[in-house]
Amino acid sequence: MSRKVYIPRDAAAVSVGADAVARAMTQQIASRRLDVTVVRNGSRGMFWLEPLVEVETSAGRIAYGPVSVEALEDLIAAGMFEGKHHALCLGPTEEIPFLKKQQRLTFARCGVIDPISLSDYVSHGGYRGLEKALQHTPETIVEEIVTSGLRGRGGAGFPTGIKWRTVLKTDADQKYIVCNADEGDSGTYADRMIMEGDPFVLIEGMTIAAIAVGATSGYIYLRSEYPHAFRTLRRAIAIGYEKGYLGPDVAGSGKRFELEVRLGAGAYICGEETSLLESLEGKRGQIRFKPPVPAIEGLFGKPTVVNNVISLATVPIILEKGGPYYRDFGMGKSRGTLTIQLAGNVRHGGLVETGFGLTLRKAIYDFGGGTASGRPLRAVQVGGPLGAYFPASLLDTPLDYEAFTERKGMLGHGGVVVFDDTVDLAQQARFAMEFCAVESCGKCTPCRIGSTRGVEVIDKIIANEDRAKNLALLDDLCEVLTDGSLCALGGLISLPVQSAIRHFPEDFDRPAPSPPRPSSGQSQEARWH
Amino acid sequence: MSKAQEWDAERARSRIQELAPLPGALLPILHALQDDFGHIDKAAVPLIADALNLSHAEVHGVITFYHDFRYTPHGKHVLKMCRAESCQAMGCEGVIRHVEDRLGVKLGATTDDQLFTLEPVYCLGNCGLSPAVMLDGKLYGRVSSDVADSLIDNALRHA
Repeated sequence: MSRKVYIPRDAAAVSVGADAVARAMTQQIASRRLDVTVVRNGSRGMFWLEPLVEVETSAGRIAYGPVSVEALEDLIAAGMFEGKHHALCLGPTEEIPFLKKQQRLTFARCGVIDPISLSDYVSHGGYRGLEKALQHTPETIVEEIVTSGLRGRGGAGFPTGIKWRTVLKTDADQKYIVCNADEGDSGTYADRMIMEGDPFVLIEGMTIAAIAVGATSGYIYLRSEYPHAFRTLRRAIAIGYEKGYLGPDVAGSGKRFELEVRLGAGAYICGEETSLLESLEGKRGQIRFKPPVPAIEGLFGKPTVVNNVISLATVPIILEKGGPYYRDFGMGKSRGTLTIQLAGNVRHGGLVETGFGLTLRKAIYDFGGGTASGRPLRAVQVGGPLGAYFPASLLDTPLDYEAFTERKGMLGHGGVVVFDDTVDLAQQARFAMEFCAVESCGKCTPCRIGSTRGVEVIDKIIANEDRAKNLALLDDLCEVLTDGSLCALGGLISLPVQSAIRHFPEDFDRPAPSPPRPSSGQSQEARWH
Repeated sequence: MSKAQEWDAERARSRIQELAPLPGALLPILHALQDDFGHIDKAAVPLIADALNLSHAEVHGVITFYHDFRYTPHGKHVLKMCRAESCQAMGCEGVIRHVEDRLGVKLGATTDDQLFTLEPVYCLGNCGLSPAVMLDGKLYGRVSSDVADSLIDNALRHA
């Protein structure tokens, strides 16, 4: 039987040479007339080891990494296809501590299977959740999700089952399932990884959601910055239709579910669910007033489930194993697993899926191995650009929605961006306001204009102009933004700004730099012309 | 590398007709036109407005709302450089300044020889391998100034 060698097709792996390694591997196999097949899998999420090449042996999969084109000949000569030792050999993949210490439920197949092979998906437990769902009534599917305690993984943490229940109970001639795949937060890539590494789990989750609430049509709204994920999703959806898992008769159930992937166009705000719906309708991505909530009046005015990629991709395992199984992971009101994404200045950047409650310190040191630069850690931003900057003294905070809220932070989508001691928090606060100015949809005045004023006030603080007065003004501005904005962009941008001031006051109390550092970002004028 | 063709009203009209029946067709149409022609010609606005029964202002409003859509052609190569937090933590601002100095333009502008357009981007989802850039749709990780130079050199060789 032909041996298999796995080389990821994941965009991150490709960004450090996985395609070149796969091409060279194919050539080596051909010229040596070996009976070896190259499989392009997803990523295991250990990015410092990418390109990570795995070989299937009688003793399981053996990993080598990071593998370069130059090292390939030597690896093959050393006997990599028999799993033999080499300086780049990492031993059995599943025994690598970074992976072994995780609890992978949503990501169980990611990096293991060929993402666009439906038979791989099914032979690794795929579509068992749908099979179970088809034995349920819509009401009992929803109750299973409620029991699981699953909360929206996009950041807001709203109970998924409650949202579904509202859509189920709202009568309408048409209902929709919309997947929010506009993963715009810096430091996050879990959505991208699962869409590229196990797209069928998302398709299955959306199908179950559709059956639960009575929807027949679904859209995946994907950010345009993810061209690899777009191609993978398109292929997976085409295969789903071909094999009868999508279309007028889902898996022979007589139920219809049509699914399409749509591209965004580079607007961060479209990750906000009502902006996303406007964008899907072909309009400017300006946010809507709530109420009505999308569960009652969503896409094209119809009841709509809008869920994040990870929320939907977690649905199949909940249906397969039952709500209580999933609920038994985690802590407090944060049930199940969290996909932590280690990013920024971290030695071992990658994806860690484990029950809620791991401390930030354990995530960064036990998994991440500390800073990449080797310098002391000074700040951590959790939850994307609208999340707070925490100092090292808060590293014992458990990764849990409520624990972060209590400390005036936000867990968000689980992105953890590490900064070493070279970071200047005054500049980070300035960037937060600048980002808000660039990405504001313009609907609420405090966000549209306040963000630009925020940049100016922080510039004055940095330049030591009336510092005390301007700090008080900034505080006031943050309050106006928080209370006067409809959505999370204006509403939460004070988190990074005020946490920077609160935890790192020394960065706002330095002598004025001379001359002032020019921003490398383009001006607003440049952007609009 | 850009494979855009010259503006062609007939071709544009047939692309618009083909996509107009989709629910919420405007974004798919704009993406299709930009993919085909490299930018959205102003002459497309009335064609789209007619097909979708929208005002010219509504179409213009959508085009200018989204960072991706542009009325003018970009350079032969598009280099998107991430300047979000994860990449900042790994020194992207230094790499950006280096590239700006080398090409003689700031983020958001195109070089005089029309070879390179530099664009800021806020996250490419490659935050485990920061700093990240995307050159002509291809993603790169751990991009130091040296790596950026070799990417530019390589693009120039194939210019």
